[in-house]
Amino acid sequence: MSRLRITGGRIIDPASGRDEHGDVLICQGVIESIGGQSDGDQAETIIDACGQIVCPGLIDLAARLGEPGSENKATIASESAAAVAGGITTLALPPDTSPAIDAPSVVELIRRRASDADAARVLPLGALTRGLEGELLADMAGLQRAGCPAVSDGGHAIPDSLVLQRALAYAATFAIPTLLSATDPDLDDGCLHDGPVATRLGLPTIPAAAETAGLGRTLAIAAGLEVPIHVGHLSARASLPVLRQARAGGGRVTADVAIHQLFFTQQDAAGFDANFHLRPPLRTTSDREALRRAVADGEIQVVCSDHTPQDADAKEGPFGRTQPGASGLDTLLPMVLRLVEEGVTDLLTALGTVTSAPAQVLGLSTGRLAPGAPADVCVLDPEGLGWCRTERLRSQGLNAPFLGWEMTGLVNATVVGGRVVYRRHEHA
Amino acid sequence: MSQQIDANGQLRHFLTTEGLPPDLLNRLLDTADSFTGVIDKSVKKVPLLRGRTVVNLFFEPSTRTRTTFELAAKRLSADVLNVDMGTTSVKGESLADMLHNLEAMQADLFVVRHADSGAANYIADRVDDSVAILNAGDGRHAHPTQAMLDALTIRRHKGRFEPLTVAIVGDILHSRVARSQIHALNGLATGEVRVIAPRTLLPEDIESLGVKVYYDPDEGLKDADVVIMLRLQRERMQGALLPSEGEYFKRYGLTRERLARAHPEAIVMHPGPINRGVEIESSVADGRQSVILEQVTNGIAIRMAVMSTVLGAYHDAGREAE
Repeated sequence: MSRLRITGGRIIDPASGRDEHGDVLICQGVIESIGGQSDGDQAETIIDACGQIVCPGLIDLAARLGEPGSENKATIASESAAAVAGGITTLALPPDTSPAIDAPSVVELIRRRASDADAARVLPLGALTRGLEGELLADMAGLQRAGCPAVSDGGHAIPDSLVLQRALAYAATFAIPTLLSATDPDLDDGCLHDGPVATRLGLPTIPAAAETAGLGRTLAIAAGLEVPIHVGHLSARASLPVLRQARAGGGRVTADVAIHQLFFTQQDAAGFDANFHLRPPLRTTSDREALRRAVADGEIQVVCSDHTPQDADAKEGPFGRTQPGASGLDTLLPMVLRLVEEGVTDLLTALGTVTSAPAQVLGLSTGRLAPGAPADVCVLDPEGLGWCRTERLRSQGLNAPFLGWEMTGLVNATVVGGRVVYRRHEHA
Repeated sequence: MSQQIDANGQLRHFLTTEGLPPDLLNRLLDTADSFTGVIDKSVKKVPLLRGRTVVNLFFEPSTRTRTTFELAAKRLSADVLNVDMGTTSVKGESLADMLHNLEAMQADLFVVRHADSGAANYIADRVDDSVAILNAGDGRHAHPTQAMLDALTIRRHKGRFEPLTVAIVGDILHSRVARSQIHALNGLATGEVRVIAPRTLLPEDIESLGVKVYYDPDEGLKDADVVIMLRLQRERMQGALLPSEGEYFKRYGLTRERLARAHPEAIVMHPGPINRGVEIESSVADGRQSVILEQVTNGIAIRMAVMSTVLGAYHDAGREAE
């Protein structure tokens, strides 16, 4: 069967802490050996990784792909191709599709599309409640059997605390990892942080209290049930002490932050630029700095793109009328590397937030370079320069807040399950 | 905001009073003053905008505001077209499409009123260079001509802005008028601008706009030279922002007793329409210190000044006379 050797690269594996030069040998879709030099075996394919970094393929914990329901904005084919060009080998698809991922048939549809696209792995996250309406439980065990690694509220916090409690208890019955958004739905009806920019522009707000109140309620219910949970897309500094307190009380809780929250603030929306209409909203410089520290300290384990491709119409119109969300597949890896460049954290920790940490949240065997693990690998040139421009974005969503930024770190090759699904030169 | 000022420092659109240089604000007031004579004459017309087309594009119905813009345009001899888009919300794409259609009619100036904050900025970003946009109120964001007519009214009564204390009372949170007044008054170097409201009607960090915040009107009105009352929308009771109109009037309504806390020569203003007995007592609204009707008259002069300035007509006419 097919063998692949990636030679001479700097192998970085956050799961084991490995950072050394050597070869990665892949056989039959699985990593066979790591380190050492070529032993003269007849590998069918060789990727020369001299001067490059070889790391696990990225796992994006929140990536909307347009399908099903918004094929005008993006498709599984377009987005999984964009993903592998950005070093991402696994996309966790939140259930807020149309229809919602609340039935095995929807999972099946997504799996078929992903298989046709033949690029990144697409993992549909099941809905906690039917239609994500927050009233009736979804068939979680059935979703799990159909292939959902986890269940989620898909960014729609369950308003009824009793339903939330029962949904968590039911998910725990089957040991399904649960991903929740940390918002109080009653305080979530706005489009900018409750601060001077919203005051100047006259736009309705989402205060930080929307997050701390929602987070507090969710953590209290999870603590009462003694179930582990993952909370998604934090934006507020004030959420960090809430997390800390829950952990001090024995709560098993992991958290993620969207990459744009680590670079932008409310000021970026000051000119009514709809690409900065995000949910949760961008907050203050002090929030951003606290989130960066939390990523460096491991209080926030995962960084995701929260990829939400929009078409031009969705971002046209007065700010409050536009759809929230950022296109982020193209920029996730370069911006994670930029955290290292800016001295926020070291390379192992930074790459861990997009590989081993999300793998752990979803209970996956990928996200690491270890003998016997599925061979999902990213080979990147850490010095490679690129620009974030609309004509260069591979995602169909051109709504990238990083437009105009210089990006360091170019992906040269991406391997999914031992197959080379992307090589830069072929696509140049 | 450079979006509304061109490379030569000339006003190209009029979207907000925020960030406008003081000399530009003063020039607009001077220009408006020069038009007052026109309004008082029996033939109330000047030919400054003859042959130019002004389109009143109202996505939010407002007969009063539209009428003053229409009157102002006609007194400048412009052709006026009123397009009422009614209350139906227009989606982004069709808004842009419709603008291009209107552009094809070769209009020179769009006067835009829209229920969404940022609508005028959005439109100004997308029209041809030959078209000017005048914001007649967008959501809670800005209502710059209202703020300028208020400034004109204040200047006519009080002269310089530097020694003045101006108190704005009421629903600051939802008010585009208040935001534009604050920026205009600060741009004109007003001594002190105060806002007075219960916390539910104050946006977060309003201090960052350069105002002093008072919850207590008796304290906030003390020695004020100008008192601006804002209209309280009845629907504010619905969102749990206020208990009742009666409670609001008792705590924040402008009564004669409360007005006595202000400077004895203080003027009382209101952008209209007034809710008598809700934010202001009738005897104050119609009283000696009220300049509310004057504001309406000044509104025409200000709108003439803004229209002729953004279309370059006043500027050009001045140069020819030199």
